[in-house]
Amino acid sequence: MSTTIIETKSALDTALRPAAEAGKQSSLEVTDYDNRQTVGAITVDHPKMVCRNVNVYYGAKQALRNVGIDIGANQVIAFIGPSGCGKSTFLRCLNRMNDTIVTCRVTGQLKLDDEDIYAPVIDVVQLRARIGMVFQKPNPFPKSIYENVAYGPRIHGMVNTKAELDELVRASLERAGLLKEVDKRMNDPGTSLSGGQQQRLCIARAIAVNPEVILMDEPCSALDPIATAKIEELIDELRENYTIVIVTHSMQQAARVSQRTAYFHLGDLIEVGETDQIFTNPKHKLTEDYITGRFG
Amino acid sequence: MNKPTPAAVPAAFNRDIKTIVNAGLQRRHAAERRFRSYGLIAISLGLLFVVLMFANIIAKGYPAFWQTYVQVPISFDPAVIDPQGIRDPAAIESADYAALVRAGMRRMFPAVEGRTELRALYALVSSDATYELQRRIHQNPALIGSSQEIWLLASATVDTLVKGNIDRTLDETERSVKDNQIGWVDKLQATGKIEKQFNTILFSGGDSREPEQAGIRGALMGSFYTLLITFLLSFPIGVATAVYLEEFAPKNRWTDLIEVNINNLAAVPSIVFGLLGLAVFINFFSLPRSAPLVGGLVLSLMTLPVIIIAGRAALTSVPPSIREAALGMGASKLQMVGHHVLPLAMPGMLTGSIIGMARALGESAPLLMIGMVAFIVDVPKGIMDPATVLPVQIYLWSDLPERAFVERTSAAIMVLLAFMVLMNGLAIILRKRFERRW
Repeated sequence: MSTTIIETKSALDTALRPAAEAGKQSSLEVTDYDNRQTVGAITVDHPKMVCRNVNVYYGAKQALRNVGIDIGANQVIAFIGPSGCGKSTFLRCLNRMNDTIVTCRVTGQLKLDDEDIYAPVIDVVQLRARIGMVFQKPNPFPKSIYENVAYGPRIHGMVNTKAELDELVRASLERAGLLKEVDKRMNDPGTSLSGGQQQRLCIARAIAVNPEVILMDEPCSALDPIATAKIEELIDELRENYTIVIVTHSMQQAARVSQRTAYFHLGDLIEVGETDQIFTNPKHKLTEDYITGRFG
Repeated sequence: MNKPTPAAVPAAFNRDIKTIVNAGLQRRHAAERRFRSYGLIAISLGLLFVVLMFANIIAKGYPAFWQTYVQVPISFDPAVIDPQGIRDPAAIESADYAALVRAGMRRMFPAVEGRTELRALYALVSSDATYELQRRIHQNPALIGSSQEIWLLASATVDTLVKGNIDRTLDETERSVKDNQIGWVDKLQATGKIEKQFNTILFSGGDSREPEQAGIRGALMGSFYTLLITFLLSFPIGVATAVYLEEFAPKNRWTDLIEVNINNLAAVPSIVFGLLGLAVFINFFSLPRSAPLVGGLVLSLMTLPVIIIAGRAALTSVPPSIREAALGMGASKLQMVGHHVLPLAMPGMLTGSIIGMARALGESAPLLMIGMVAFIVDVPKGIMDPATVLPVQIYLWSDLPERAFVERTSAAIMVLLAFMVLMNGLAIILRKRFERRW
């Protein structure tokens, strides 16, 4: 249903095209609207994760078609696209959170450091310890701030002594830029913090198990601009140690924090490229329409 | 580019919205007022009946908390208690204490003569008086040889008379107390030898054919052991079942079938569970009849569906974001449930369980089937002893003709209701206490 509506809309855009085209002397080979092949370089020099031919189905409905993309090590890659385009679905494939949805089926190849993450030998517990996740709505456990951060290390048995755990908790909070604010009230409930602080607590919780990749699903959509700015700054710092995949609705945010950007449209990966290039020089008409605000 | 032609203005738009709304406004308000008054009437009627019921039960039951005693001058005559004078405990134990009571009664009314008259006099005190003296000597053998004024339990008829529940204007043949007995009681009352004391026997005694000696202790302990078994079985199994069905079981036709069946089981008449218990636990497994163990098993069957349904509702109310957070951290499913979901769902589960337990406490029908309706004098000391439970005790007493049992029935109902209120209060406190916001 929604598919038809958006397609009609893009057909309308096609009709309007000449007028827009005239306004800009484009030297690019802007590909045709109907082309659903991914445009741009999907590979990178040092990939952390490699995904090829990923198809995702919810029951009979196909949510993602033939997505292939590399996720570079120690880079921030942003997934953008209109609502329902499959960017969150794809993100959730990366740490197999989709496993919890009974009707969901994933085919294709997803590799983390040359290891197929959907292989039968891979345990999701181990996988999710290596690929952390931060959700759209801050979701600290209804426990103390300390317990929130200590949870991951505890269940995975990463530390042996209380002192070690203390050190790890403090370091994680420090990295998440939250230590100064919560140092005096480690035993307060995590839910007593402000929205932005809660989200940084969730980031601290995720990095406490020292993951290799951090997935962020619209981490700032529930936050005010100041809290958003802090998180964005934090993402930039975290890039040094982690590979970060961020799904965002805000193109400004994608432009600010990411090195690479992938544009999804109705279950297809339309275009991948360096963030600068995507925002200044998109190669696919759909991408251009989206980033110039013509729809989405 | 062809712009859509503007649609014709609907006719309704040309009417004045203010007058249209105002015209119907009064009707709307009236409907609202009517509905509110129906609600008020319904609630007041309900409250009225609750008040009536409680007033009736309390008015009938509160005299049972006081019991009439007669002060009798007893002389612990060594010639009766210890004729050989060797202080043999066995001999002292089996001495004729009834003779001491009789002597005491004669001492108060020396003028009474003749077998019939004397028998009527002796009937003023309960048969428990004999055991009371025996108990005192057993506790303190030094009493032998002394004389004491001792408060002895009055018989149920005297108790009823003193409480004003016997119509003195009736013809003597239609009363359970005779004229001479009334005369003696009045005399004793005038001299302060009759007194109403707090009825400890009601709480310390087992069942008895004599109303003044009957207590609910046996039934209370029976209820306690039965509910203990019920809780120990149904809570862990119910919670585990709810967790498994809600969090782990695949959603397919079989689990749907199980779910439908559990919901239906919650509505099965409780006597059916009693029949099942009789057939399975007693006839097949040969467990003892009238035992709290079997009662607990039967009530567990009855309570399990309630706990499972409440547990599942509590689990579904835990926000999915908590589950995602735990899974995203790499927690296994069991860790997710054990560390996060279950603690959050626990208040709801406890509330459901306690309400289920309160229902089990008030249940009598299934227990009749497994023999917990027997007349049992001894207070049960464990889960295998024959026992009865409070509601069944109430049912048994309500069947007895003596006036003194009528008030004891109401008193037992008051105790049962007090436990119900206590358990429901506990449920509310637990919910408030452990409820967490997220």
